[in-house]
Amino acid sequence: MALTTEEVNKIAYLARLGIDEQDVDSYAKELSGILNLVEQMSSVNTEQVTPMAHPMDQVQRLRVDEVTEGDQRALFQAQAPDVEAGLYLVPKVID
Amino acid sequence: MEWETVIGLEIHAQLATKSKIFSGASTAYGAEPNTQACAVDLGLPGVLPVLNEQAVHLALRFGVAIGAEIAPYSVFSRKNYFYPDLPKGYQISQFELPIVGQGVLDIEVEGETKRIGVTRAHLEEDAGKSLHEDFQGLSGIDLNRAGTPLLEIVSEPDMRSAKEAVAYMKKIHTLVRYLGICDGNMQEGSFRCDANVSVRPKGQAEFGTRAEVKNLNSFRFVEKAINYEVERQIDRIESGLSVVQETRLYDSDLDETRSMRSKEEANDYRYFPDPDLLPVVITEALIEQARGELPELPDAKKLRFKEQYGVDEETAVLLTHSKDTADYYEAVISASGCEVKLCTNWVTGHLAGALNKDGLDITQSPIGHARFAGLLARIADNTISGKIAKQVFEALWHSDQTADEIIDQKGLKQITDTGAIEAIIDEVIANNAGQVEQYLSGKDKVFGFFVGQVMKLTQGKANPGEVNAMLKEKLKR
Amino acid sequence: MHNQTIAELAKGLQAGEFSSQELTTAHLARIKQHSGLNCFITVTEVEALAQAKIADQLISDGKAGPLTGIPLAHKDIFCTQGIKTSCGSKMLDNFQAPYNATVIERFNQAGAVTLGKLNMDEFAMGSSNETSFFGPVKNPWDHSAVPGGSSGGSACAVAARLAVGATGTDTGGSIRQPAAFCGITGLKPTYGRVSRYGMIAFASSLDQGGPMTRTVEDAALMLQTMAGFDSRDSTSVDKPVPDYSTGLNDSLAGLKIGLPKEFFGDNLNTQMAQVVEEAIAEYTRLGAEVVEVSMPNINLSIPAYYIIAPAECSANLSRFDGVRYGHRCEAPEDLNDLYIRSRGEGFGSEVKRRILIGTYALSTGYYDAYYLQAQKIRRLISDDFKKVLSEVDVLMGPVTPTPAFGLGEKTGDPIEMYLSDMYTIAVNLAGLPALSIPAGFVDQKPVGLQIIGNYFDEARLLNVAHRFQQETDWHQQAPAGIE
Repeated sequence: MALTTEEVNKIAYLARLGIDEQDVDSYAKELSGILNLVEQMSSVNTEQVTPMAHPMDQVQRLRVDEVTEGDQRALFQAQAPDVEAGLYLVPKVID
Repeated sequence: MEWETVIGLEIHAQLATKSKIFSGASTAYGAEPNTQACAVDLGLPGVLPVLNEQAVHLALRFGVAIGAEIAPYSVFSRKNYFYPDLPKGYQISQFELPIVGQGVLDIEVEGETKRIGVTRAHLEEDAGKSLHEDFQGLSGIDLNRAGTPLLEIVSEPDMRSAKEAVAYMKKIHTLVRYLGICDGNMQEGSFRCDANVSVRPKGQAEFGTRAEVKNLNSFRFVEKAINYEVERQIDRIESGLSVVQETRLYDSDLDETRSMRSKEEANDYRYFPDPDLLPVVITEALIEQARGELPELPDAKKLRFKEQYGVDEETAVLLTHSKDTADYYEAVISASGCEVKLCTNWVTGHLAGALNKDGLDITQSPIGHARFAGLLARIADNTISGKIAKQVFEALWHSDQTADEIIDQKGLKQITDTGAIEAIIDEVIANNAGQVEQYLSGKDKVFGFFVGQVMKLTQGKANPGEVNAMLKEKLKR
Repeated sequence: MHNQTIAELAKGLQAGEFSSQELTTAHLARIKQHSGLNCFITVTEVEALAQAKIADQLISDGKAGPLTGIPLAHKDIFCTQGIKTSCGSKMLDNFQAPYNATVIERFNQAGAVTLGKLNMDEFAMGSSNETSFFGPVKNPWDHSAVPGGSSGGSACAVAARLAVGATGTDTGGSIRQPAAFCGITGLKPTYGRVSRYGMIAFASSLDQGGPMTRTVEDAALMLQTMAGFDSRDSTSVDKPVPDYSTGLNDSLAGLKIGLPKEFFGDNLNTQMAQVVEEAIAEYTRLGAEVVEVSMPNINLSIPAYYIIAPAECSANLSRFDGVRYGHRCEAPEDLNDLYIRSRGEGFGSEVKRRILIGTYALSTGYYDAYYLQAQKIRRLISDDFKKVLSEVDVLMGPVTPTPAFGLGEKTGDPIEMYLSDMYTIAVNLAGLPALSIPAGFVDQKPVGLQIIGNYFDEARLLNVAHRFQQETDWHQQAPAGIE
């Protein structure tokens, strides 16, 4: 399984991940290597196997419906790169 | 060519919980921006979701109400995409294993009953809001709504007209409010829908290519957007173009739909089970509990009203479209002790008209059911006439007094003293010899003139029936 | 003072032999003195001394617990309120967490002192600490070698006696492998035993925090504070926490040790195998019984892991988008530019590789072949463990195929790097507890013995490991130049 540079660019866009033009080739090579490494999984017959998403055989615990969190906007927005009037600012959102 | 429209709806009902689906932040509407977005809602590094019990209960209640299969085991997944109102870069939703499975709902359109399939209903978190005004070409993001619990109710593509779609949406709207799982407030975005619309030549089995019209937040917009979209699609096909599968936005100012640029790129949501959340297991006992919490449902109530109160279909629909109206109506009947017909006429007539005029719903009525019943009781026992009752109604609307207090204060009590009425009738006859002459010569129409004169002199407080009878008797002579 | 263990220091503090402020000051001085090791991303001197002062008061009031006044340090993956929490990344270089991780809260409540935040591979993705934005950490035994990763700063700080104990996290070996490379004790608890709240997620279904100390006895003390149910973490297990210290000296007579034959194949060099075998011989002298067991699917651990972990991380790291916190690029042209450049600049190449692989594995058309298949293999591996652990009490084997490799030796080949985790990864897939203890040296570099136990059987693991440390002195060795 080899990834083309085109595929790398496509995945990088899906992940909104900037990668330098000159690095795309080496990413393609390394990612192809990783895909080759994981390839051996395909030789295993897993038809009857239930996928395992969690290590523990547990069920979701439910939280009582109560308001426990107050306003901490000032604290949280102290970490934000750009805020105004309590809003997080971003380049214009186009619907 | 004759075309057939095919519509499926995805309705998003905000569940009426106090706190968010995965955090303890408040869901109250209208707070200052980002004051109700806690660490979990903001997707700060390291935070984790914990599922709100009430959101699960409310989803179950909906499931049992439409007779749907309840999944004994359901799973939350991550739906991955980048958008500034989506703080984690993924929405926690249910994909392969939703909590509510197949169910059905009957709608009535133009006297016909039609069964609409509900494919599924699943729990998910809402996103925040982007505000476009006033930031020098930037958008402002308010994440108060992020993490609000939603039940997304997905229908089968079973509707064939905008009218059916609206009827279905109204039906769900009524149902969720009956169930107390959603306040149904469409202005605040608590109840909104996306419509999947396609057309096909009549008789063709395969569906046409569909467009998804997003974020419709009123019944009127649903109808208009679908109608616009149907016409647009037919126009395209008839002029040799094809319909593109895409997401469109309805612009209510222009009454048209347009392609959403942001959603144009082929999305690959890369759903996978959220490893921060474990499978939700629903026991038989929980389902039983949800069944036990079900109120009388709209259809059952409508039937009962028709049988018990003898109202026709249209009136039954009016009285039961909201549970609050139905409850008010029944409270009035029981408190007034009056004939049902009188209650029905007044609730669906004068009261409904007045509420409508002021844009209020029944829960906001200035006249509570007890005071309203007090008014009807005085009509029923002939203390006041129907005409005076309207005057009393006005006064009730603008004060906290009871009907009895108003009647007393304003001296609106009907004159029951036949002697007094008789004297007034005699006076009217004596003063209008000409009209008496005309009447006696066979001009029956003049009779109304006498009634009017008597009512005027009694300031409307005489019983019209009694006046009629007495006048007839007197004028015979 | 710095050569004493937590258990010894606690006695000294309570006996008034020295104060926590003295102890803390001494460690802060050592951190400065050995800053060339690059263990710390942030040293919280002021806060540490303030905590020490409070601890001294608690001690004199007779309200001290076993960790009161003990200077510890935390992997920079745990959120610490008001203190930079970088996760080893440029993305969070400017981030001061606005809240404390549950683990941090628990140490604070126990009166422990936090010396600072420890270097690590970026977002815990790495096995050598070389992916850190803050530069590599050196192995205190050999400054040209890596300390292991991703909890490399933690392992180095404990081995170099810069902190008495440290926290680490283990997603595929990130506690055990650096513990082995640096000659210390590292425990990865059962998944769900230690809260993940406030621990910046790499792969949520694999991540688990745990203690890194010089002795097993100290690991027991730290775990006692770290372990326990947390209602903020849905994957936290609501199960009583036993006393980890009481059974440490229990006899090992009759203990059944399984040796997975797959752990002793060609990949393990003979000197490493010899160290492990000698350690196991020590156990037979202690009365344990050794049997060979087989876990046929364990060789699929690396493939399954390198799909599952990247898939989870690809979503976990989407929140770093330059909007609410963290790195934001200069003058973004539009929304996509904001995302693409902020993330492109903020993440290093190993993180990018994993996000790309994960994104690919989850994308339409590949999900079943990669992600779903990996989850099924995960089940097979987990079932292998369940089977053998129904037959034996613990499993033993190497932690790594070689001792610490050289700085830069494997950075050119990610796969070579991934293969160094071949003995540790399976445990994370199954969610089992495992620890690494020093068992000898190869090429003057420490070698670890791995002990794997059944779910929630940390107390037994600690007992088994502690008895070894009673018989050996590998764990008491100190790197040259730091005595």
